[in-house]
Amino acid sequence: MPNTMFDRIWDQHVVADLGEGWSLLYLDRILVHDLSGGRAMQEVAEAGYRVAEPRHVFATPDHAVSSAPGRTAETFPVGAKLLKSLRARCAAEGVRMFDLGQRGNGIVHVMAPELAIVLPGLTLACGDSHTCTNGGVGAMAFGIGASELSHALATQTLPQRRPGTFRIRFEGARPPGVTAKDMILAAIGRFGAAAGTGMAIEYAGGAVRAMSLEERLTLCNLSIEMGAKVGMVAPDDTTFEYLAGRDFAPKGRAWDAALADWRRLPSDPEARFSRDEVIEMASIAPQITWGTSPEQVADVTAHVPRPEEAPDAARAKSWKAALDYMGLAPGQPLIGTRVDWVFIGSCTNSRVSDLRAAAEVLRGRKRAEHVTAWVVPGSEKVKAEAEAEGLHHRFLEAGFEWREPGCALCVSANGEAVPPGARCVSTSNRNFVGRQGTGARTHLASPAMAAAAALAGTIVDVRNF
Amino acid sequence: MAMQSFTTVTGPAIPLMAANVDTDVIIPIQRLVGTGRDGLGPHAFERLRYNADGSDNMDFIPNREPYRGSPILLAAENFGCGSSREGAVWALMGMGVRCVVAPSFGDIFFANCFQNGLLPVRLPIEEIRRIAEETEAGPGNARTTVDLARQVVVTPTGREIPFQVDGRKKEAMLQGLDDIALTLKQANAIAAWKARDKAARGWAWESVA
Repeated sequence: MPNTMFDRIWDQHVVADLGEGWSLLYLDRILVHDLSGGRAMQEVAEAGYRVAEPRHVFATPDHAVSSAPGRTAETFPVGAKLLKSLRARCAAEGVRMFDLGQRGNGIVHVMAPELAIVLPGLTLACGDSHTCTNGGVGAMAFGIGASELSHALATQTLPQRRPGTFRIRFEGARPPGVTAKDMILAAIGRFGAAAGTGMAIEYAGGAVRAMSLEERLTLCNLSIEMGAKVGMVAPDDTTFEYLAGRDFAPKGRAWDAALADWRRLPSDPEARFSRDEVIEMASIAPQITWGTSPEQVADVTAHVPRPEEAPDAARAKSWKAALDYMGLAPGQPLIGTRVDWVFIGSCTNSRVSDLRAAAEVLRGRKRAEHVTAWVVPGSEKVKAEAEAEGLHHRFLEAGFEWREPGCALCVSANGEAVPPGARCVSTSNRNFVGRQGTGARTHLASPAMAAAAALAGTIVDVRNF
Repeated sequence: MAMQSFTTVTGPAIPLMAANVDTDVIIPIQRLVGTGRDGLGPHAFERLRYNADGSDNMDFIPNREPYRGSPILLAAENFGCGSSREGAVWALMGMGVRCVVAPSFGDIFFANCFQNGLLPVRLPIEEIRRIAEETEAGPGNARTTVDLARQVVVTPTGREIPFQVDGRKKEAMLQGLDDIALTLKQANAIAAWKARDKAARGWAWESVA
C-alpha cells in the first residue's frame, strides 16, 4: 500500500500499540534548553529516575540568555540560575551540552541541523513548539510540554496519538522578493492558524524541491503557527549534501547505509493524505502580518483589513482587537507604516543565508535614525561564518547591532524586549500580544523585508527598495 | 509529574469565547523564568486581566461576577495555540480553571492539559455558544457541570451534551496516574525495539555513540 513519509517514520518507531490510535513511540533524539531542560532533568531525578539515553540527548542554552555583545551567563541574572541548573544536571546525567561561547551553541533548532544531531528518518522531541523546524531535514520532530519532556527523558519514548497527514505543494517558479518565510506566511493566511491542528504537514512540490536546506527549515518552522506539531520536507540530494561531513552525521559505511535508508523515505507518488492542497507560487507576494495571530497576514502591498468586512462576527471582533493592539487604522496601507524596531534573528530566520539576504538589501545604506535594528545570529557557527564573510561589518556600517546567538527578541525571556507601544518588523514566528515585550507590536516578515524596513523607517515593499 | 485527578466540576461557565488564544497571552514567558509553577495563578492572562495601574480590568470577562474563580472556561477555536509552555496549564489551574471547552485546541497544550488534570473538552462552536447564552440568560447562578466519568456537559437548562475523550486519557485523569510508571511497564518492549533498531539502523546509533 502506498505510504507517506510521515507514516513510514511513525510506523518504524512504534514500540507498542496502546490502542485507540495511540502508540508508544521511540525517540531517537531529545533536545533540551535552558528554559525547561534543567528543571525537567531535576524532576526526573526527584521522581527516582535517570535520563534513559543520555548520549541521545543534547543541550544548549538559548532562551534565557542575553544576546548583548560580550555577554556572559551572568548578564541576565534570572537566566543564569536556569543555566547553572542545566549545566549541573547535564553533568550529572552525562548529557552533552554546548555552552555559551562554545562551538555548537546556539538556538536549539539552529544548532541541531547544523551539527546533524537531527537526521532524515529520525524522531526528535524537545520542550519547544518550534521543534517542527527540524523536519526540514526529513525528520519527524515535534514540540512537547514539561511533563512530556520528563517522560521522554526518563524513558526515551512518548505515548502519542497518530495525527492526520496534510500535504501542501508549492508549484511554479518563485516570484522575485518571495522567500521561504513569505511562502509559509501565505499558507497560514490562506488555511488559518488552526488548519494543521491534529495533523503532520509535509511540504512538497517543485518550489520546495528547489529550496536550499536552510529555506526548508524556515518553511517547517512555522508549521506550529498553522497548528501542526510536525512539519517536514522529504530528504533529497540537497539534504544529503547539507548533512555530509557534519559533526554527528554518520561517517563511512554508516553514511552509505543511512543514505540507502533515507532514499526510501519520501512519500510514494500515489500516497494519500488526509488533506492535500496546492499553492501556486505566482500567487505569492512578499508577506507581512498586520495582527496578533500569524494568520492575520497580507501581501505587503495590501491595506489593513476592515473588521466590518470579516467573514463572521467572531473574526470581526478579533480583527478589531488586533488592530486596537497594533495601533493600526482599518483600511490604511501597510506600506508607509512607521517602524521603531527591526529584529533579524530567531529559529525561523537567523541562519547564514538569512543574514546574507538581509545584508544584500543594505547596499551601503544606513538604518533610519529612529529605528533600533538588531541582528542576532542563530548560533556560534552562524556567527563565525557570517563574520568570515564580513557580513557583520555591513550590518554595523548600516547602524544595526551585531549580537550574540540566542532567542533574544523572539521570546523576550532574557531581559530583552521591544518597548511598550513600539512597532517591530521581526523575522521571528509569533506576533502574539506581548510576545516581544509588554505592549510590543510585532509585524512578521522575511529578513530582506525587515532589513528594508530598518533602512526606510517604515514598512516597505522589498521588491522596489 | 503531579497530576490532580478529575471527576466532576460545576460552576458558571466563563464565556471568554475568543479564538486563537495563545499560550503567550495565557502566561507571559517572563513569569516562567522567574516564578515557580505554584505561583502562576495571579499571572494568568495578566496582559488582559489587569489595567495599567494593576487594578482588575472589568472588560475581561473572567474578572466579572459570577464568573470569577469558576472552574469552566468557554472559548472559540484553537485555544492554547503557540508555545509548548506547560506553564499555561499551571496558570489556568492556578486561577481556578479545571476545564476548558472549545471547538479545537493547540495540540501541545491539549496534551499538557491531561498531564496535569485540566480537562480539555471539544464541542462544536454552536453548542458552546448555546452554553454561553444559557449562562448569560440565567438568573445570576446558572451552572454548568462537566462530568468526565459520564462524558457529558450538563448545561444550565439541564441539557446533556456528550463529548469524546480518549479512553486512556480518561482513565489517567480519573485516577491521577503517573505516566512514566505506566510506560516503564513496557520496559521489555522498549528494550526489544532498541535491539531490533540497532541491527536495522545502526547509523542512527553510531553517529552519537
